[in-house]
Amino acid sequence: MSAVRFLLNGELRAEQSVSATMTVLDWLRGIAGLTGTKEGCAEGDCGACTVVLGRMRNRELRYEAVNSCLMMLPQIDGCAVLTVEGVATADGTLHPVQQALIDADATQCGFCTPGFVMAMLAYQQGAEPPSDALIHEALAGNLCRCTGYRSIVDACRHVAVDPSDRRGVATSQTATALSGLPASKDYRSGGQVFLTPRTFAELHQALAQYPDAILLAGGTDIGLRVSKNREAIPVVISTVAVTELAAITSDAQALTLGGTVTYTQALPAFDAHFPALAALVRRIGSRQIRNLGTIAGNLATASPIGDMLPSLFVLNASVTLASQSGQRTVSVADFVTGYRKTVLAPGEIIATIRIPLLTSKHCFAAYKVAKRFDQDISTVVAAFLLARSGTTVREFRAAYGGMAARVTRASHLEAALSGRAWNGDHSPDLASALARDFTPMSDHRGSAHYRMQVAVGLLRRFQIETTSVAPARVEAL
Amino acid sequence: MTAPLGRIRGGVHTAVRHDSAVGHVTGCALYLDDVANAPGSLEAALVLSPYAHARIRRIDFSRALAAPGVAAVVTAADIPGKNDVAPIRSDEPVLPPEVATYEGQPVMAVAAATLDQARAAAKLVDIEYEPLPPVLTIEEAMARQLYVSPPQTMARGDLAAGFASAAHRMSGELRAGGQDHFYLEGQIALAMPGDDGSITVQSSTQHPTEVQHGVAHLLGLPFNAVTVEVRRMGGAFGGKESQATIIAGIAALLAWKARKPVKLRLPRDDDMRATGKRHPFLFRYDVGFDGEGRILALDLTLAANGGNVADHTPAVLTRALCHADNCYWLPNVRLTGLPCMTNTVSNTAFRGYGGPQGMLAIETIIDSIARHLRQPVEAIRRRNYYGTDRNNVTPYGMTVEDNIIARVADELDRSVNLAGWRAAVDGFNRASLTIKKGLATMPVKFGISFNRPSLNQAGALVHVYTDGSVLLNHGGTEMGQGLFVKVAQVVAEAFQIDLDHIRVSATTTGKVPNTAATAASSGSDLNGMAALHAAEQIKTRMAEVAAEHFGVSAHEIVFACNRIYAGNRSLSFAELAALSWEKRVSLSAAGYYRTPKIHWDFTTNTGRPFFYFAYGAAAVEVAVDTLTGEMRVLRAELLQDCGASLNPAIDLGQIEGAFMQGMGWLTTEELWWDSDGRLRTHGPSTYKIPGSRDVPPIFNARILADAPNREATVYRSKAVGEPPLMLAIAVWLAIRDAIASTAPNARALHIDAPATPERILGAIDALRATAAAN
Repeated sequence: MSAVRFLLNGELRAEQSVSATMTVLDWLRGIAGLTGTKEGCAEGDCGACTVVLGRMRNRELRYEAVNSCLMMLPQIDGCAVLTVEGVATADGTLHPVQQALIDADATQCGFCTPGFVMAMLAYQQGAEPPSDALIHEALAGNLCRCTGYRSIVDACRHVAVDPSDRRGVATSQTATALSGLPASKDYRSGGQVFLTPRTFAELHQALAQYPDAILLAGGTDIGLRVSKNREAIPVVISTVAVTELAAITSDAQALTLGGTVTYTQALPAFDAHFPALAALVRRIGSRQIRNLGTIAGNLATASPIGDMLPSLFVLNASVTLASQSGQRTVSVADFVTGYRKTVLAPGEIIATIRIPLLTSKHCFAAYKVAKRFDQDISTVVAAFLLARSGTTVREFRAAYGGMAARVTRASHLEAALSGRAWNGDHSPDLASALARDFTPMSDHRGSAHYRMQVAVGLLRRFQIETTSVAPARVEAL
Repeated sequence: MTAPLGRIRGGVHTAVRHDSAVGHVTGCALYLDDVANAPGSLEAALVLSPYAHARIRRIDFSRALAAPGVAAVVTAADIPGKNDVAPIRSDEPVLPPEVATYEGQPVMAVAAATLDQARAAAKLVDIEYEPLPPVLTIEEAMARQLYVSPPQTMARGDLAAGFASAAHRMSGELRAGGQDHFYLEGQIALAMPGDDGSITVQSSTQHPTEVQHGVAHLLGLPFNAVTVEVRRMGGAFGGKESQATIIAGIAALLAWKARKPVKLRLPRDDDMRATGKRHPFLFRYDVGFDGEGRILALDLTLAANGGNVADHTPAVLTRALCHADNCYWLPNVRLTGLPCMTNTVSNTAFRGYGGPQGMLAIETIIDSIARHLRQPVEAIRRRNYYGTDRNNVTPYGMTVEDNIIARVADELDRSVNLAGWRAAVDGFNRASLTIKKGLATMPVKFGISFNRPSLNQAGALVHVYTDGSVLLNHGGTEMGQGLFVKVAQVVAEAFQIDLDHIRVSATTTGKVPNTAATAASSGSDLNGMAALHAAEQIKTRMAEVAAEHFGVSAHEIVFACNRIYAGNRSLSFAELAALSWEKRVSLSAAGYYRTPKIHWDFTTNTGRPFFYFAYGAAAVEVAVDTLTGEMRVLRAELLQDCGASLNPAIDLGQIEGAFMQGMGWLTTEELWWDSDGRLRTHGPSTYKIPGSRDVPPIFNARILADAPNREATVYRSKAVGEPPLMLAIAVWLAIRDAIASTAPNARALHIDAPATPERILGAIDALRATAAAN
């Protein structure tokens, strides 16, 4: 048994008495007495609880914004945690991010402000080029109900062109301090257990010892069970520190992502190999979510929408599953068996996800439709893959999410298009084929009728985007 | 006079930052949940009804009471006083005694040592319900004439004659959805019983006096035994007016029973399920007009979904009726307001308070007239604008004396080159295959003052200390809108001292009694004047002291730039304060203000309910995807009349924030109930308020220059909280314009609000089908 150790605003803290599933937010507010970090929704959607985590990534200290409401305290073991209280210098001099918000009159009720300060701090520390697209990406996880955001975005622009001042974030000392911290592999409190194995062997051993344990990667889904449902989960096994699961590799054939690779970590590889997928991934959750959430986790939850899944289906991605008894590889399409059901056996984990690279003959597109552009659960997600010989369809794959109890390929549509001319014409039989493929449901995200309309509309968009230069998306304007 | 011509820092009409800005960005600004619990304090959780309509047969809370840490439970049976928290009418129980009348209604509450214990215990309560058939829609309530208060009528002229003289006649229907306030700080209250039979309640409320009254009624106490305080709220928008009383009332009941401090903080989902929202409306209209689009007769029914009880519905409906004219002369008109009763959460005050809904109806009607006649809507509007010396009386009989709508609309049209903009949009649409743009303008006239005259009064308390520092207190509450700094600027200006000498203290019923809600955009109008009155009293006394000191008459004394002058001799403000004390002159005063000129007859729905009107105009461009219905606002240009703005920085924030909030109401924010009446969009994961990317990439908000209020408001300023929300109706009209562009030959289009992608796509399909059939 070991304490959770981390740096809180530069100061070493060791915690060994609180519940293993206490959220970082509750710990900050209730135990540490740091009430600047707020609870606005307890579901990772409003960003009022945003803190910045400094973590060692490839021997470099990376600062990333996360939702403290969705994290259990042992998850921050070995991290540097920055909260709004630790941003100004000790003499009260405000950080440039704070000053920029004040100068832009960007606070009204102020309840969301600490979260914005932290999201902006992470943005500034990333030293990204200032662009409105990146600013909105950085702020997409934070809701403000008062200002209308214009002033906040202005403040962010101001900060973006002045990334020099890093007061309050002493990078080198922090890295040294973090590397000296002993790791907590086994945190126990009041009968609860939180294990953080470091190797495959340790992970399998833990799984064998606690077959009913909850497996935790990023925790953006499981976090809701403690944050909203206040469950005291008895045993949690975190995969985040398993070294064998962290790799991102690519060769001439495929991109391979380890089981703990987050969306954020995967994005540069997606940008390089699958730009259309990268654009869609930037609409999954928010940066706060993507900094924790893993691709493997998205697969394992087997959501009927699962934003990644349609793309992985048409790209013929596969997963390698590992257990104490060995490994097996299955296609992503076979991995998901039903509504939130997969082929994962007890004791088995997703070790890697392999995505074959596209050839120059392939056109690939991934589309998402939701009520709001950012940080919204999709009404419909679609992915298409096309290869042509001249103007004839040589290969066509389509997969949809939000259209059935699970993500599936649109086999009737694929058959209808096989061997046909691909010239942007849209005949009614394609809609009929889609109607044979799907019988969607109606809910608060959209009616069955609308989902069918969108399914057809997205196919049409793909036809237009592959045959003309006309703008076919409102976000492109 | 030899006084210097310098200006104090932070007087009126200057762009001073929010007084808590540093506290906001450092996390030091405390909200109610940030205050450390006193030893022995309890935390509370609610048990909500899972049924929209059900008889409560039996409540078994024995397991909850036996759970770890639990100190008290309360049900309707435990209320020592009167089980009623109605803000306007009566018989609106805080906890239902027999029948739960909406899904999410608090049925009982539990207090325990920790929040987790309270929430865990709440899950152990076993309630036996007998489900009853619910009424869930406005239509069903209308059919059965189920109303939460009497229907209202506002009429003028001869409707039949108007229709008879009209060359054109058109009828239609429109629905507008509700809206959750989504204040970032959820509802919260902390009730602390005193040692003398009193109770103090800290509440996140816009209306401390109403919380005071509600708690007193529930506990059977006189008002002087209940003190209610609020320093700041993390947003409110009308949602913490009557709704805060429910939360504070339950906390007080638990605290009274347990004899310990009790904090009740609602988790977001409970907050959204249990508390009221903006009223959804169903509009039905029959309009007669001439060939130039002049409205000759309008018969408009405005049916509001009031929810399970009246709450604010009668007053919201009155304001909707009072804004169904917007800027237009309606010679023959009948407005019928139906306050429908349904088994959904009781809807309540929300920024605009029925005004946005009334305006949405008339603007959709005018837009429909323009499309029917194939004439530009701007031209149709102009022919219908109120005149300045004729055609200038509203349907409720008030003469519009301060009409500047044509000036505001013209100034905006010129500044954006509307004709050129229109040509660019049309050009884009001709070239674009599936993406279509829309462009629309929107004029706004919004009445300022509570419709009920008695609410238009305010008090303030000002203390000057002998070091020259000033403590200001007034009945208004700070919810982020910058009221505290604005009123402090008024006091700074009055005393002619720098703003940093003035501190504003938490609002409390113990200092300023019998206050109105901080609502109806009236906060600075009312409290600013009350504070000014208090400051002027002290100033008069100090001037007399100075006059005696300098041996001049009091009218020769000048307060300027932190000093008090008599010719070329002067004292600092602090020196005069100390001298006044020495001379035994009081440096404290209570100020009071009541809005002049206003009156209202509730039986005829006529009078002069508003002291003045605030005007504004907007122009908005959108793009829609005709394949998916996705929509993006590309550009918004706003011009808002703030009179002589007390604080242009604060007012600009109100304009921008209100516009985005209005845009959310009309676009992404969709409340969705299932067929059993259960709200299924009760958190930010399912209920989508605008995010930063939804802000138009080109977004320019301006304050109308050189437009002092012609009425004698505080330093000739105008209210700003609500009026700019309605500028967002331009987004709605621009979406209609984009939809219309998909079938240029069709004359009628229909879409309900909010204009979600699904509704936009549905409207496009319906329009194209109509055009194809013609």
